[in-house]
Amino acid sequence: MRSLLLVLSAFAVMALGFWAYRENYRTQGELAEVRRLQAEIGELREALSVLNAEWAYLNRPDRLRELAELNFERLGLLPFEPRQFGSVAAVSYPAIALPPITEPVDTIALNGNAP
Amino acid sequence: MIRTPLRPLARILSARAKGENPDVIERENIRIRHEAMRDSARVRAEGRLLVLGLAFIVGFGAVGFRMGVLASTDPAEPATAGAGTAIIAQRADITDRQGRILATNLVTHSLYAQPQQMVDPAGSARKLAQIFPDLDAERLARDFAGTRKFLWLKKKISPEQMQLVHEIGDPGLLFGPREMRLYPNGAIAAHVLGGASFGREGVSSAEVVGTAGVEKTFDRWLRDPANGGAPLQLSLDLTIQSTVEDVLAGGMKLMNAKGAAAILMDARTGEIVALASLPDFDPNTRPAPATKGDPSDNPLFNRAVQGVYELGSTFKIFAVGQALDLGLVTPETMVETKGPMVWGKFRIRDFHNYGPQLSVTDVIVKSSNIGTAHVAQMIGGTRQQEFLGKLGLFDPTPVELVEAPGAKPLKPAKWPEITTLTVSYGHGVAASPLHLAAAYATMVNGGTRVAPTLLKRTEVEPGPRVISEATSAIIRDLLRQVVVRGTATFGNVPGYEVGGKTGTADKPKPTGGGYYKDKVVATFAAAFPMSDPKYVLVVSLDEPVETSGTEPRRTAGWTAVPVGAEIIRRAAPLLGLRPALEPVAEAGVIRVSN
Repeated sequence: MRSLLLVLSAFAVMALGFWAYRENYRTQGELAEVRRLQAEIGELREALSVLNAEWAYLNRPDRLRELAELNFERLGLLPFEPRQFGSVAAVSYPAIALPPITEPVDTIALNGNAP
Repeated sequence: MIRTPLRPLARILSARAKGENPDVIERENIRIRHEAMRDSARVRAEGRLLVLGLAFIVGFGAVGFRMGVLASTDPAEPATAGAGTAIIAQRADITDRQGRILATNLVTHSLYAQPQQMVDPAGSARKLAQIFPDLDAERLARDFAGTRKFLWLKKKISPEQMQLVHEIGDPGLLFGPREMRLYPNGAIAAHVLGGASFGREGVSSAEVVGTAGVEKTFDRWLRDPANGGAPLQLSLDLTIQSTVEDVLAGGMKLMNAKGAAAILMDARTGEIVALASLPDFDPNTRPAPATKGDPSDNPLFNRAVQGVYELGSTFKIFAVGQALDLGLVTPETMVETKGPMVWGKFRIRDFHNYGPQLSVTDVIVKSSNIGTAHVAQMIGGTRQQEFLGKLGLFDPTPVELVEAPGAKPLKPAKWPEITTLTVSYGHGVAASPLHLAAAYATMVNGGTRVAPTLLKRTEVEPGPRVISEATSAIIRDLLRQVVVRGTATFGNVPGYEVGGKTGTADKPKPTGGGYYKDKVVATFAAAFPMSDPKYVLVVSLDEPVETSGTEPRRTAGWTAVPVGAEIIRRAAPLLGLRPALEPVAEAGVIRVSN
């Protein structure tokens, strides 16, 4: 009985050792992966900041204004003016087109006493 | 173990036989036994002490070793901190109120040399001078041949230049990563942003520190990693700022002015939507400050904040506003305007003769110095000083620029009655356009004090009350009248109910002693829309001359006002203000007689 326990515990120790060895290597592998991902995130963030800077640089108002002026023939862009931004209520209705008079009625102005 | 009996029979018997006391033997044995017990106890205690001592040594040794290890290792980022770890740039971005980038960082490289590792110092020096025209080949060759072990060549180089240096292929030429500050919009808002440069420099990194403007004011905040890289959001609006600068530059050219400043400010919150000062500079290549000459001629000079000038007739509304608030006058009160007004040896004149008297409304509309001086006489010097102080015209503005605390308004040390009279029409007290914008915002927004700010605010508590709501309404009407039928008729922008006041002040000679006859600072302080003012605009032109007529015109009504009107016409729709319908005079019922 006692020797059986001894043998069993020896096997258990070996199994645990094997497990710990494998876990250790897996952890190290994961850590390496995390480091790689962190580095990748860092690179992507850097690229993102460069792209943001480039976006801001390409969209700087001076450049857009120059481009609008250069391409005026194609785009016809002009500065935004107040009259392009009025409210709908400010637009007057078109005059109602009256139908033509088909049955004219003769009238005369009477000045008090009839002729 | 074999125990020796205390009374061994053999010895007792022999002792008895000799007539000795056998108890002596017993005591002797007890003594020996006690000694043995004492020895064993001591051994055991010593052993325990040893074990305890060892445990302490091991414990303290472990702690000490760990401390030593921690102290001697290089710091490393925790590898398992999870996905939330932001890799934060060294310095936070600056954005406008809509989140558009005004300042950001870009990774570049610096170039340095270690001459003892160089293969061909002379050839490298020649090739470097070809890549960078500002480097001198002979000097480089001398430096490389000397005893120096380390040499900075360039602080910032572009990727193309880096590639060219790579192609030289000398192992003694090395690159260090650098984070550089980039202002993608160029000169736009240059005076607000200021600029940045390198602080302490090492091979692998360099500190970026702000040198002026908000970059310097918020230097610590921008560099604080605790903010998690959150950008600094300013109250400026890039589109409006660019429009204002564009129009102002055009106006400055048209009016032959040597400088110009404009401020567009939210009348309630004090947020500065646009702040322009011309001439300007590119913060990416911030010029060195001038060491001689007039500082105001330098592009680095922020006229809107640092330019402390006498602002002329724009001050009249403060005297009249105070008199209205104190109940001394009503808009209809008639005030004497017979000129010239003589006070001691001083004579106060008007631009034109306005007859014997004018109503208070017309004093403002026609901008009468004499009328305003009479109103100021009613108020008195003490109350006038107190009122101007409450408007913030005697202290530096609280705006978040390092330059602001230095721009202290100029105020006479003594305040005799003649000062009361001249200050009422804007002579004798000098303030910056920003002071004027804040004071006008206070006057028209319902009467609560406004503190100008460059940070975006969502909710602002109204400041302390300076004038009553009713007075503010009267002032709004007066300022509107100035534009409708007074000195600022060019300021009318259909749909936006512009109201404002002009001011033309002669420039004082820098040597002291009088004023120039033909150099003025023309200012237009306006607010719109006047029925419920949302924004305050101050335009100031330095030495403008309008030459379309037969003789040169310098008054603000001909110079600053048209520029201000154009700024409002262009900027108001961008600010989201719809033009209001104005009553058309012709639409009324016309009575005719037949």
